[in-house]
Amino acid sequence: MLNTSRPCQPQSGGFSFEDSRRNAVLEGNLSELGYSSPKARKTGTTIAGIVFKDGVILGADTRATDDMVVADKNCMKIHYIAPNIYCCGAGVAADAEVTTQMMSSNVELHSLSTGRPPLVVTVTRQLKQMLFRYQGHIGSSLIVGGVDVTGAHLYSAYPHGSYDKLPFLTMGSGAGPAISIFEDRFRPNMELEDAKQLVRDAIVAGIFCDLGSGSNVDLCIITQAGVQYLRAYDQPAQKGKKEGQYKYKPGTTAVLTKTVTPLPLDIVDESVQLMDTQ
Amino acid sequence: ICDFLCIKNTRGLRSQLKDSVPVTGLGTQIGAYGVQDTLRSGFSSVKNELLPSHALELSEKNFQLNQDKMNFSTLRNIQGLHAPLKLQMEYRAARQIQRLPFLQSSHLALDTLKGNDESISFEDILNDPAQSEMMGEPHIMVEYKLGLM
Repeated sequence: MLNTSRPCQPQSGGFSFEDSRRNAVLEGNLSELGYSSPKARKTGTTIAGIVFKDGVILGADTRATDDMVVADKNCMKIHYIAPNIYCCGAGVAADAEVTTQMMSSNVELHSLSTGRPPLVVTVTRQLKQMLFRYQGHIGSSLIVGGVDVTGAHLYSAYPHGSYDKLPFLTMGSGAGPAISIFEDRFRPNMELEDAKQLVRDAIVAGIFCDLGSGSNVDLCIITQAGVQYLRAYDQPAQKGKKEGQYKYKPGTTAVLTKTVTPLPLDIVDESVQLMDTQ
Repeated sequence: ICDFLCIKNTRGLRSQLKDSVPVTGLGTQIGAYGVQDTLRSGFSSVKNELLPSHALELSEKNFQLNQDKMNFSTLRNIQGLHAPLKLQMEYRAARQIQRLPFLQSSHLALDTLKGNDESISFEDILNDPAQSEMMGEPHIMVEYKLGLM
């Protein structure tokens, strides 16, 4: 929309705040009537990351929620940033998706310009600068992990722009249960299979203890050799098989009376349309 | 140019902003007699002018300005007055390479100087002016640009 307060100057791109006053008024009107305005779809997530002997393992569940309804049973929360860097996103689903796509583009441009493979710390710095610029209105919490020339690194970034560098991290609504598993069983320099089992257990804890997380466990293993993306590594929440027959046998309910009323129908109009059956 | 690009987007230097004039963001256009120009920019209210409708409105409007001020000020402290002066002269020259205001110009030279050709942000994705459904009024925009209005 052409910005009406500045009709003489050429438009610029980016966010437009023209409708925010109108939206505030509309929300006020809705809340007077007792309704609430539609909320953005959140991922209501458990995401986790761990540094092990050869690299980094990232894990995530696969449920996306719309307030109290499951919107997507099998969404992908581990996003590609660079061949050696992946990122898990929690919070508002659209924000996490667009943020990671922008980071991926920026990191590609940057590495083309420097001529070197990207560093995990580059991604984190650009991410936190952008999140701080928008003061938390971009509601995405991200865990960035990867292996670069300096080694294996794991960073987390919060929506307001703070970041942490730790050997194990969890974020999202199921972060509490997941971090408890990590705090109990994490050791530095674990082997691959132990580390995979640990991340799987942490995500499963989030799936069972948090309403916002569910469905499958996705894992992404990043090492110097390459990346292994294990989609649906584990499916802990499958429906159980029913043990017996729960249907009623025909004739269980006795029929007491039966009345038949034929409906009189008159043919009003008859037309024939030829179909092309070739 | 290299060290200038390294300090792009540093926000921690509030002390550098102390002698810069605050930009009064939301005012409408002032017409004749110092009163708001209703014909060109529509009705207004004092509330609309004083209070931003969104927390980020003012900060986003002035973001590029503030970044440039901070960067130039840091550059002046590090390398001396000549560095920001030369850069601003180059910016001024590059800014003049454009089409008439109601047409889309690529600003290629200016973007390359500022380093915007190597990054993608929301300015490139959202509200791309090249894709907007409405065009500005050519006569008014050219008059405004030439200072005749």
